[in-house]
Parts: sequence; structure tokens; C-alpha cells
Amino acid sequence: MRQFQGMTIFSRFGGKLLGLTIAFGLSASASAQMMINGAGATFPYPIYSKWFDAYAKVDPSVRFNYQSIGSGGGQKQILAQTVDFGASDGPMSDDNLSKAPGKLLHIPTVAGAVVVTYNLPGNPALKLDGPAIAGIYLGEIKKWNDPKLTALNPGTNLPDQEIVVAHRSDGSGTTFIFTDYLAKVSRDWKSKVGSNTSVNWPAGIGGKGNEGVSGQVKQTPGAIGYVELIYAIQNKMPFADLKNADGQFVKPTLESITAAIATAQIPDDFRFSMTNAPGKDSYPIAGATWLLVYEQQNDAAKGKKLVEFLKWAITSGEDMAKDLDYAPLPAELRDRVMKRIAEIKM
Amino acid sequence: MDVATTMPAEAGSAREKMAPPSRFGDKAFEWLTLGMALVVILLVFLIGWQLARGSTLAIQKFGFHFLTTSTWDPVAEQFGALPFIYGTVVSSLIALLIAVPLSIATAVYLTELAPLWIRQPVVSLVEMLAAIPSVILGLWGIFVMIPWLRDYPFPALKKIFGWTPFFTGPIYGTSMLAGGIIIAIMILPIITSVSREILRSVPNLQREAAYALGATRWEVTRIAVLSYARKGLFGAMILGLGRALGETMAVTMVIGNTPQIAASLFKPGYTLASVIANEFTEATTDIYLQALFEIGLVLFGVTILVNLLAQLLLKTMKSSLTTRAVQ
Repeated sequence: MRQFQGMTIFSRFGGKLLGLTIAFGLSASASAQMMINGAGATFPYPIYSKWFDAYAKVDPSVRFNYQSIGSGGGQKQILAQTVDFGASDGPMSDDNLSKAPGKLLHIPTVAGAVVVTYNLPGNPALKLDGPAIAGIYLGEIKKWNDPKLTALNPGTNLPDQEIVVAHRSDGSGTTFIFTDYLAKVSRDWKSKVGSNTSVNWPAGIGGKGNEGVSGQVKQTPGAIGYVELIYAIQNKMPFADLKNADGQFVKPTLESITAAIATAQIPDDFRFSMTNAPGKDSYPIAGATWLLVYEQQNDAAKGKKLVEFLKWAITSGEDMAKDLDYAPLPAELRDRVMKRIAEIKM
Repeated sequence: MDVATTMPAEAGSAREKMAPPSRFGDKAFEWLTLGMALVVILLVFLIGWQLARGSTLAIQKFGFHFLTTSTWDPVAEQFGALPFIYGTVVSSLIALLIAVPLSIATAVYLTELAPLWIRQPVVSLVEMLAAIPSVILGLWGIFVMIPWLRDYPFPALKKIFGWTPFFTGPIYGTSMLAGGIIIAIMILPIITSVSREILRSVPNLQREAAYALGATRWEVTRIAVLSYARKGLFGAMILGLGRALGETMAVTMVIGNTPQIAASLFKPGYTLASVIANEFTEATTDIYLQALFEIGLVLFGVTILVNLLAQLLLKTMKSSLTTRAVQ
């Protein structure tokens, strides 16, 4: 009896559900929105979703579907043409670009910084430079009161404590930017470790994601780690001022990141690295993130909408960046990028 | 109703008229179940084949060295899986060492000793443990368990067992041991539930017979219940082991993710499942991705191998049991 009742309820409910699905299906096909698919980097995901949301009001006829599956996945999917645009936290390698069926454009969108965070008694303000960070991550500087660290921090009482090194264990653009910087400032790092989304770490403990590294640092006295600036700000973590290429100590801020993009050498294909950028205001460990689109669009209607969106993103979209703690591109670079977007063919 | 009243009257004549019952239903049922079983086997082979296909380049390039070398360097594209194999096996063994006694003791208490009103709440609680998402457990591990382990149990272990190579070196908290402990928490529910079902299926006659011989409660549990259910309990352990080998997220959070082989359990380690979860999304070069695929294949192989070993152990255990019975 009980079962019987259950059955009728189910079928009644099921019937309604079926009706609903059909109605929904009909209304969806009636409005016929264009769907543009993208996939890739996780770092810019918050701002990209904000852009897609805001752009729905600008042009209601187009919808975006973005899967933040990681830069590797984004590169793979745009190469296989299973998405309309890819996204990556690092520029594509020549090797991967050569696999593309057509010319792939790199469109830089926003930039972010990687900060060095630490856990010391009282968390004093700390100053570090490239060779010191490389020494710590190579396992050569083992104690907080090492002369190389005390020389950078006169007046700060650094304890006689072992440095516990934490790094990202998952492949990530954050690691790419961090190791790219270390490879530029330390010859040892370049020859022994190199730079990539994940590397063969000579020292330390691996934590998964920003939360894994910050957990490691927060829980371990004497620990040092690196996380995204946004993450450190939101979680109120201490971070060090770094000595830049001009010998100035700079705080990581949105302004010092934008200053770094402005002084970085940017080639015409926009595959640039902005770590250790010159200029007295530039923060040295920063990187941009890119959208990847084909210069020759196969689907003319879709391509036109995509170009319209990109133009909007580089103009109006950039103005939203700061609210979400991303550094916008400097004006001069925006103009160069706009010109490149205009070259996309349908 | 209708059938029930008319049956007896017509039964005799019906039996004479009826042809021998058709075996079609039986056959169809047999084929159907065989088909289902084959689907499972096919699935296992498909997974293995797909993994092997995805890693052909890496297998050709690294060959057998993949299993015997310890360097994992995505920059130089040198890949060796040995520290990951070691980490997977060791962390799973630690987990079993902790979880099996706990689970079986819980199951014994729940079936043999606990007052009835306690049983259901405890069973529900244990099963709730299984419902906690892996990643939540991992974050709990890193923010709560690790600092506690680092401050209390680990220094105590070092004090008592510091003379063995297993508990030496600096204590960071994140370690092979912490990885094993978190896996133990995750496989507790499954081993407990299965063990409880097995102990419940021990016939009461067994217990009564032992009591009749004047056995104490402990003796009844040991002789009549536990040895009777030994094979089943071993099966429960294998189920737990299967889960332990493949655990990913929670382990990744607390094991330290450092590919090294160290005797000390306080040192960080790395598992096969963790390296796949960590690096798969950002692996951009072909050989890198293929090496990760091969890690998957190795994990697949390790799981099968460990299960086979367990089955073998079960066989020898059974034969030693029968010889003892004969004596």
C-alpha cells in the first residue's frame, strides 16, 4: 500500500517534471542564444565570470560558458578546437603553438602578483631580494638569522629558527611566475631547477593550492611560502617587500604590478614575462594571464561576437579589474592589444 | 485471493496436464547475470587498455626505469615513479595498521557487547563519517589535525621510538604518518560496516555452544565469533585497502607532496593518486601528460597486485587454519 502511494506520487511528480522540461526546452530554443565556450586558467576565473555576467547586459544575444579547468587544459582544448577560446596563466610554448591548426593569438587580459608570505613570532615587516629567496628555496639558507637575511633587514630581530619551506604541489601559473622569477635572478636556480608550472623542488613541503600553502605557513612556526596576492590580501597574511631590478624595495600592490607591465619588454605576439621588470616602482614577481583565440575564426557569426566581447573586455572590462584585486593593463598596452584584436578575421 | 482459493482444487489435474516447466526463464536469468558480470570485467580491461594507450610514449621513452628511478622533474622531463609507489604502499599500510584493529574492535563491541540502545546511534555515527567529503577532511587535516599531531602525539612518538629509524628527524606535522592517519579515518567506516555485517552473520549456535562449554565472554568472542568470521573480516580489510590505495584529496592536503623515499615517517611523502590530482590540469607537454597517465597505469597495477597478494595471503591463512583444526 505504502509503495503504491509512493508510486503515484512519483508518477505525478515525474509527469510535472517532464512537462516542465519540455516547456523549458521550447523556451530555450525559441530565444536561440549564441553560446561561446571557453576553458582554461583558474587564476582569472573570478574576473572572467564577472565580465561574462556584466557583458550579458551589454549584448543579451550571447552567452559565455567558461570552464576553469587549468591552463594546461585550456591550451589543450583550444589546440583541439573543442572550445571557442582558451585561457592560460603562462604563454604557450613554441612547441605547443606549432601544433595549432591555425595562427593562435595571445590576448593579455589582467595581471596578478605572487607574494612571499611567512610565519615569524610577531610577524615583523620583512624585506627580501631575489638571491635570498632563491637561496631559501634551494635549501642553502636554512635559518632565519642567516647573515644574508639579517643584512636585508637591519633593525629587525630575526630568530635563530629553522626555515620551513612551503611550495605549491599542484601545477599552477603561480608556480610558473615564481620559478620564472627565481630563474632570472639566480643562475643556480636556472641550472638546477628551472621554471615550469611544477618543478623538481630541491627543498620544502608541498601544499595543494593557495589554501594548502597558506595552511602550511599559518600552522608552522618559521615557515615561508608563496601565494597569489589576492589570496594573501583576502586572508590577511603578512607578505614581504621585495627588492626589484632597480634595487628598490617594493610592496606588492595593484599599482606596482601595473607599473611592472608598463616597463616589461612586450613582443608583438604578447608572449611576455614580466618578472624582474625594470623601473623603480615595479614589483618583481608578477605575471599576466591570457586568452587564446585563433586569428582566423571558422564560424563568422561567433567570431564577430567574440571580437566584440574582447574589445569590450580590454576597454570597459579592464575598469572592473581593480575591484576584484586584479591589476589592469596599462593604457599603452591596451592600445596595442586592441589593434591585434581588430586583426582577427572571419 | 482468487488464485489462493482455486489452487488446491485444480492442483491435481493441472499437474497432469502441464508440460515439464520451461527452463527458458532460468537460462535467460543466467545469461543476464553473466552479461552484467562481463560488463564489469570488460570495464576493468578497458580502463587498463586506455591507460596503457595514453602512456605509450612515456613507456617507450622511460621503459622499466620509470618504476625504478626517483627523479620527478617536469622541467627536464625526467620521470620516475618509485617514490610515489613507495608513498602509496606505505601510507596505505599505516592506514590499515591503525584502522583494522579500531574497526574490528568497534564491530565486536557493536555486535557482541553493546547494549541495544547504543548500537544504532553508534552505527549511524560511523556511517556518517563515510559521508564527509574528502576535501573537507583534508582541510580539517591541515588546519586542525596537523598542528595537534605536531604538538602532542608526534613528539611523544619521537621520545619513545626515536631510537628506531621510523621516528627520527624534524617534525613538521605534514608527513607520511599524517597521510596514513587521514586515510585510516577515511577507511574506518567501510571496514567497520562490513565487519559488523559479517559478525552479525555468525550463527548464534556458535556462541551458545561455546558458552555451554563454559567459555568466558572474551573466549566466546575470540574462539566462536572471530575465528569463525576470520575470512570475512579479511575481506573487509581488503575492501578498506582498495579505498586506501586510491584516496586522493585528503591525503594530498597532509602528506607534504615531496617525492622522496625516507625511512622516517615524520618526513613528507607523495602518493600516485596525489601526483595525478596535483599535476594533471597544468601538464602542457605531451611527455609530461603521458608520464602522468603512466602513473595512473602504475596505480592500477599496484592495486591489482596488492589485491592478488591479499588473496594469496587469505589462501595460506585458510590452509593453516584447517591444519590446525585437524591437529
